[in-house]
Amino acid sequence: MSILVNNRTKVVVQGLSGSQGKFHAQRMKAYGTNIVAGVVPGRGGSDVDGTPVFDTMEEAIRSTGANASIVYVPPAYAADAIMEAVDANLDLCVCITEGIPVRDMIKVKRLMKTSSSRTMLIGPNCPGVITPGECKMGIMPGEIHKPGTVGIISKSGTLTYEAVKQVGELGYGQSTCIGIGGDPIIGLKYIDLLKMFQYDAQTECVVLIGEIGSQAEVKAGEWIKQNFSKPVVSFIAGQTAPAGKRMGHAGAIISGGDDTAAAKMKALEECGVYVAKSPADIGKKVAEVLKK
Amino acid sequence: MYLHEFQAKGLLRNYDVPVPGHGVASTASDALRVAKELKGEAWVLKAQVHAGGRGKAGGVKIVKAFSEVYDEATQMLGMKIVTQQTGPEGKIVRRILVEKATEIKQEIYLSFLVDREAEQHMVIASSEGGVEIEEVARTKPSAVVKAHLNPVTGMGHFLGRKIAKSIGLDSSLLNQFADVANKLYQCFVDHDCMMLEINPLVVDGEGQIICLDAKITVDDNALYRHPRIEEMKDYGELEPQEVRASIFDLSYVSMEGNIGCMVNGAGLAMATMDIIKQNGGDPANFLDVGGGADANKVREAFKIILTDPQVKVIFVNIFGGIVRCDLIAEGILKASEDVPSDRHIVVRLDGTNVEEGRKILQEGAKKSGLNIVTGNTMADAAKKAVKLAAGDDKTDQKKASA
Repeated sequence: MSILVNNRTKVVVQGLSGSQGKFHAQRMKAYGTNIVAGVVPGRGGSDVDGTPVFDTMEEAIRSTGANASIVYVPPAYAADAIMEAVDANLDLCVCITEGIPVRDMIKVKRLMKTSSSRTMLIGPNCPGVITPGECKMGIMPGEIHKPGTVGIISKSGTLTYEAVKQVGELGYGQSTCIGIGGDPIIGLKYIDLLKMFQYDAQTECVVLIGEIGSQAEVKAGEWIKQNFSKPVVSFIAGQTAPAGKRMGHAGAIISGGDDTAAAKMKALEECGVYVAKSPADIGKKVAEVLKK
Repeated sequence: MYLHEFQAKGLLRNYDVPVPGHGVASTASDALRVAKELKGEAWVLKAQVHAGGRGKAGGVKIVKAFSEVYDEATQMLGMKIVTQQTGPEGKIVRRILVEKATEIKQEIYLSFLVDREAEQHMVIASSEGGVEIEEVARTKPSAVVKAHLNPVTGMGHFLGRKIAKSIGLDSSLLNQFADVANKLYQCFVDHDCMMLEINPLVVDGEGQIICLDAKITVDDNALYRHPRIEEMKDYGELEPQEVRASIFDLSYVSMEGNIGCMVNGAGLAMATMDIIKQNGGDPANFLDVGGGADANKVREAFKIILTDPQVKVIFVNIFGGIVRCDLIAEGILKASEDVPSDRHIVVRLDGTNVEEGRKILQEGAKKSGLNIVTGNTMADAAKKAVKLAAGDDKTDQKKASA
């Protein structure tokens, strides 16, 4: 099973001709991802390493039957690229681009909420999504992953790799790993993905990696307590981050909650989540939980 | 990016938002000249530093004679403002805002910000101005009013009037408040602000609504389309390492400890600091080289750590994804040529092109005599870094007492 992507996912690379797009398209192909097209406005009719390039997403879908896209477009144009994917009604759009202005993402989310498009968004500013052995849509090092029963959801890219490596070394593979991105405004969030993992027979345990700021982890914990039947292991980064570097105060009163790592860890533990205190113990916790 | 109050008020003026007459001074005689130009009987001197709570720390003074303007400005310029937000090292006052004093009949609170949960802009208002809004939210939550703002239609005067009513403003002020609020919202949106906070917004002796304070934070990711805002960046507010980091687009925060960290990814960088602490050590900084770092960027990042005198050991923790380990290795070697150092470098590399990276480092270290220690895992490397930083068996003692 797995969630979001599998060996039937047909991927368009938005921004295929750029250096990042080119480099990672090669690596995705080498991993076995079915890259069917690129979209680069103004470069339609050409190809990049044998992959046909189209001017628009609409043409790319018509010619190749693509159902997902990955965005490597520079920040000033990335929100527009996501909106093109949403407008084309793809199943999934993964946005790797870092540095998209928040105001642009507010527009993107507005479009997604008000249009009839079914497109799900992952990111931006994320490593992407991988179903080991089937489909890698992202920039993660594919070779550290292997198929298995652990689902991973994380705000952080490299910390996800760390978790993958640790569970792998203890003999556990992954069903699907998703980096949801650390930006203020993102596509799919913890709870959206937990819902999918709940119905995924392959997934036996979920690792949820969070960090300081926002109430997302606490909300996920409450949802897990009420609805999720599989064990969840969590790590929250930033336990030693200095407090009060932020000047504005107004942000904290929206949720009215405490967004420190300690508060999140406590809240998650109270919701029955297994919390690893050290980032080096994520794998160990998973092994403990799965042996129970 | 934070704006100073005088910069924020400058922006607001462009939108016809009422602010008191003011000028900026960097010497006491400048301050006197500004006060004389402003005329009037009383002025407020406000230290221009990025620190909330400056009033309590002596950074705001009301003066009622030209001689006082001069004397207080002399005192304030060069003084160190220490608040909870500046940390114990404080911030030196280099500029002050000289402003005509306003007669205050009523103080209210108004801010615009990004609500991450709802993925929309939000306006917050309160009848309780002049105090921290968190405090009001805690002690008198009914005095805080919030509303989301539609990105398509904008704010609208109706919403301004509704908010004015719900915070108990007099009917005669409704239209005026709605007008000011809409102008503030336009300024907020046009400049890609993350936050625009007016605390207090006051009704003056003549019944006019006017912004006594203004705090603006602009989305760093949007600075590319606001070159004039980017020019306002005050590098004097940053540590020397932070200035260098900002030039090379590196995410860097200076800390108290002696283990310099170079990591890719904010989450892993925070986790690296966490694990150093858990092993009894102290990180000297947070440094995320970010996605898409090339050898040159890594070189600059590494140099920033090398030039920090408090750093005893450098801990490189890289899990390559978009960042390639071979580029990291090249960057480290180049930086070490630029800034020779005999400090220990504990390196943990994993992920994309890891074998190439390790090889480059090994060969480079042999050639240049660098003190490179390899860690196989994050835990292993953290332990080694902490031990080397302690220099002796202090690590074990610290651990035992932790």
